[in-house]
Amino acid sequence: MSEYTIKDRVAIIGVGETKYYKRGQAPVPEFRLACEAIMKAADDAGIDVRDIDGISGYADDRNEASRLATALGLKHLGFAGMVWGGGGGGGSGAVGNAAAAVAAGYSKYCVVFRALAQGQFGRFGQAPVTNYVSGSPAYTAPYGLYVPAQWVALRTRRFMHQYGINQEPLAAVALADYYHAQFNPRAVMYGRPLTREEYDKSRWIAEPFHLFDCCMENDGSAALIVTTADRARDAKQKPAYIMAAAQGSNYRHNATIENSADYASSNFKTLAPRLFEMAGITPKDVDCAQMYEHFSGAVMISLVEHGFCKPEEVMEFVTFENITAPEGKLPINTSGGNIAECYMHGLELVNEAVRQVRGDSTCQVPDCKISLVASGPMVSPVSDLIVHSK
Amino acid sequence: MADEKKYYLPEGLPTPRAQRTGLDNEFWAASKRHELMVQRCNSCKAFQWGPEFLCHECRSFDMGWQKVSGRGRLYSWVRCWNPVHPALKEACPYIVAVIELPDAGNVRMVGNLLGDPMQNPPFDVAVEAVFEDHPEATLVQWKVAS
Repeated sequence: MSEYTIKDRVAIIGVGETKYYKRGQAPVPEFRLACEAIMKAADDAGIDVRDIDGISGYADDRNEASRLATALGLKHLGFAGMVWGGGGGGGSGAVGNAAAAVAAGYSKYCVVFRALAQGQFGRFGQAPVTNYVSGSPAYTAPYGLYVPAQWVALRTRRFMHQYGINQEPLAAVALADYYHAQFNPRAVMYGRPLTREEYDKSRWIAEPFHLFDCCMENDGSAALIVTTADRARDAKQKPAYIMAAAQGSNYRHNATIENSADYASSNFKTLAPRLFEMAGITPKDVDCAQMYEHFSGAVMISLVEHGFCKPEEVMEFVTFENITAPEGKLPINTSGGNIAECYMHGLELVNEAVRQVRGDSTCQVPDCKISLVASGPMVSPVSDLIVHSK
Repeated sequence: MADEKKYYLPEGLPTPRAQRTGLDNEFWAASKRHELMVQRCNSCKAFQWGPEFLCHECRSFDMGWQKVSGRGRLYSWVRCWNPVHPALKEACPYIVAVIELPDAGNVRMVGNLLGDPMQNPPFDVAVEAVFEDHPEATLVQWKVAS
């Protein structure tokens, strides 16, 4: 083991979340949701919440670390970190930052959290109304190009064009998410199965994305606790050891006005190889994957850039049978994910990866040892995480 | 139908204006003259888009502007059905296009693809710039080349 790696030095020992709500239905403010999720994660880990001494966030979370530490009565705050921008792209990165803080000794128990009540603040899918616009939005907003559904569609369509891909892999991802959610009582779409006919008939948002290709809008919060492997040994829960974590961006991926050097990319091309190198495994070793799906079409590109299949193989690889638990070749988004469990900016995907390697998922992959999380395709930065059981 | 409408999209969307830093004054001034300008490095001649204070190829701060032909190819496009802004309520569907400019180092620009919003233009088809004058700014739109 190289001296400079967090591999197997840290573990996730607890996960928690509030009830997940449809947008606007949370009965309490977002900050209180954050506190509740953190307390639940501490409880799951079997630690006193006041022993948390690190707070790791992403997506420019509104709920500041110092306010949380004060409200929760933390004895000491030794680490407070944020992954810049990137929306859901920072989910695994925030776990990576927590892991680094713990490995470096800044924090003994670091919480990673996301709180999001889209009903109480702005919606990601709606544009702000202003009279003037300058900077890079001046070159897009006047043309009605505003929201992720549109620019993810533009990139997805170029990828589909280049590799002769039709609607089938997109439908497979949406239907797999809904299928998995039917086993998960936490899921907002629990008890709301989706048929292929309903998928096909659902309205277009931005072609090729139907309504059901898009993540939901929700209120809620999720959290998890990271600590050292030594402390994890005595934890209440079976630890999910961190095999590898990575965050970053391709060369000039964030060039503005749709000028990413590699346009039809999920932005994992330079990051995924570093992840697998740190983990010391290959994509074939992954038992199940949680692939961030703000929009279904981005998932197939993420799968390709993580080496699960070649772009020419997308049509045969990304099928409902292959990506559903328990029998699929690579079950993905086994909690229902952003499309059918809850759009908690992908932190629900990290919690699900932990549950898979602990063996207590609601859609358990048999003998799951290794689970991968890919956070936030196409944004910048994106991030990755691999957890495993020993 | 494009002929019947004053603009491709209804009024009410924000008006673009140059950055306070002066970084992209030339682009907006040129658009009003119906000229298409792209940022270009005076040192190494690399094209760059969107505009930035230095050249990503050679790190020179000596950035200039190059007038380009306004001919490009349709790199990608999306038909938008969901009104993401109140001004777009009655305007869906509409097409947003990403245009690659071969005579500017293949930088890409964004605009609307004029004409029938239900058209299905082939990828990489030749397109040309159309200048759409608004009271305070000129938008650069695109149409399939004749």
